[in-house]
Amino acid sequence: MAELTYREAVRSAMREEMRSDSRVILMGESITGYGGSYAVTKGLVEEFGPKRVMETPIAEAGIVGFAVGAAMGGLRPVAELMTVNFALLALDQIVNSAAKFHYMFGGQWSVPLVVRTVSGFGQLGPTHSQTFEGWFASVPGLKVVMPATPADAKGLLLAAIRDPDPVIFIEHSLLYSTKGEVPEQEGLEVPIGRASVVREGTDVTLVGYSRMLLQALHAAEVLEREDGVSCEVVDLRTLRPLDYPTVVASVGRTHRLVLCGEDWRTGGFGASLLSEIHDRSFDDLDAPIARVAMRDIPLPYSRKLEQQLIPASQQIVDAVRRMS
Amino acid sequence: MATTPRKSRPRAAARSSGALPHGLTAQQCRDMYRKMVQIRHFEDHAAEAYAQAKVGGFLHLYIGEEAVAVGAIAAVREDDHILGHYRDHGYALARGCDVRACMAELFGRDTGICHGRGGSMHLADASRHFWGGHAIVGSHIPIGAGMAYAMQYLEQPLVVLDFFGDGATGNGIFHEGLNMAALWNLPVVFICENNLYGMGATLAEESPVSDMMIKAEGYTMPAVQCDGMDVLSVYGAVQQAAEHCRSGKGPFFVEAMTYRFRGHSMADPELYRDKEEVRRWRELDPIPRFGDFLVQHRITSPQELAEVNEEVEAEMLEAVRFADSSPWPEPDSVDRWIYAKPIDPEATEEAPSMAGNPAGAAS
Repeated sequence: MAELTYREAVRSAMREEMRSDSRVILMGESITGYGGSYAVTKGLVEEFGPKRVMETPIAEAGIVGFAVGAAMGGLRPVAELMTVNFALLALDQIVNSAAKFHYMFGGQWSVPLVVRTVSGFGQLGPTHSQTFEGWFASVPGLKVVMPATPADAKGLLLAAIRDPDPVIFIEHSLLYSTKGEVPEQEGLEVPIGRASVVREGTDVTLVGYSRMLLQALHAAEVLEREDGVSCEVVDLRTLRPLDYPTVVASVGRTHRLVLCGEDWRTGGFGASLLSEIHDRSFDDLDAPIARVAMRDIPLPYSRKLEQQLIPASQQIVDAVRRMS
Repeated sequence: MATTPRKSRPRAAARSSGALPHGLTAQQCRDMYRKMVQIRHFEDHAAEAYAQAKVGGFLHLYIGEEAVAVGAIAAVREDDHILGHYRDHGYALARGCDVRACMAELFGRDTGICHGRGGSMHLADASRHFWGGHAIVGSHIPIGAGMAYAMQYLEQPLVVLDFFGDGATGNGIFHEGLNMAALWNLPVVFICENNLYGMGATLAEESPVSDMMIKAEGYTMPAVQCDGMDVLSVYGAVQQAAEHCRSGKGPFFVEAMTYRFRGHSMADPELYRDKEEVRRWRELDPIPRFGDFLVQHRITSPQELAEVNEEVEAEMLEAVRFADSSPWPEPDSVDRWIYAKPIDPEATEEAPSMAGNPAGAAS
């Protein structure tokens, strides 16, 4: 095991896969000399050159469309969209091109494309602080991955680059500097579509992903220490296809469930997750499923206002306390 | 207003000597004539089947524009790549896709070229390097640039033909695609079918310029305009463009001035253009025009042209019979092909516990 930051883990996945597969190219805005808005691609153009690490114009739809074409032409593009907010400009290419071609052309070809993008906030204002994984996860044809740890970030990105289908890989700006143990063995994948029970418990299941996984783990510690409540924590890791059996099995053990997300309560990813678990686990549940989500408000700039909206471990603790 | 038909200048030197222009052989010319007739008859039968409710959804006919697809696609290698927009039957047939499979796709049958998943607007045949009709206007413009990048990267001497209409040039994605293609010097021929209307919007309503090739100038892209009602004019322009791309000189823009004789789709009452304008353009019908040329140059005879028409008509009747009698896709097959590598978490065991793994440690 080596200790890496989340940022280094993402970078090492790209570096390893580029070393072993000459078809892999990166493209994105300010990813060469600048090193990427979050410095994820730093050093890669020096190693692989500008034909494989492509500096692009500021043209999100064009970037993803171009990457779709490059994939159809035999390459394995990894397109970086600076934040998920800017990915909205590329929604047509993601939804109508990448996600559709294999199906609507009768399986004649697939689109082996990874779109790497970033959620997060931190006084960035209403247009730069959004969380849209639910939108992407609603689209058949896409695979959607949101790692929480450096090990998963690396292993899942390797799996995503090798996958023949389009994968939306959503990182989190507040996780980039977190550290964790990552297997040193090169090329080790973490499978897409498998959740992970990261903490075992008996009283309540907390389901999270990305930054909210860490918030759920923190809440579990608080609840154990202060309330004597034993929390099981599940990291979804992949939102589509979603590993329902792992969630359902956990609810079968604990009989209580809190869904932890950062996106808006209305129409957010947690809403569809709740609906499905309700159907599958109704008889196992001793309490209504609780949700921690963003209130239906644009995230404001002012630190005081922003902080009161951002979902965090305290809301998870409160949700569990309301159940008992 | 560019609503007046333009006639291309006759290539006097070539014709007076009896030689065919652009190095074409007599057989290539006969093939191009047959392809145009195929498209015309295919579209007539598609319209008839639509009226009988055997074809559903949206149906956009290529009638009047046949010379563009046929001339352009004849001018490149069989393994050069093609992308087009939703008025796509012409590209499929010009590239030699199976006529019966194309018709069966319109009928929504399992024997369709995309097994009934795509329909009229989404024909494709990867085995013939025809990468689809694309029905979001302009979306395939950067896709074609990306394919051209892959050809350049993999050192394949192939070019991409990327067809779109005048309407697409108002979309941001057109400019993003041209910008990248020019920036990276990519082997892609952008072919703008200027048929004077973006659905129901006239050129004057949708664009500050009536000649779309002007829009290529800002990207330092060489551009030519050709007579889209003259298959030889299109052939010559695309031949020049493809040579330019193949020799590593970067993208090229071809504007084909053309006209659709029918409405935008079958649902179009054509309130936005007058019948006199349609009549004037119909006088330039590319099929009899090219037929006359072939007869004048003794490449064929009127009798042979009539035989081509009969043979193609028989082929299309057979295609309709095939489509109409083909099986529907199996209901159980509806979720096939969503993914190339389906992952079913339901089929796997519950995930092993990772508790205690430092990878899951909270920060």
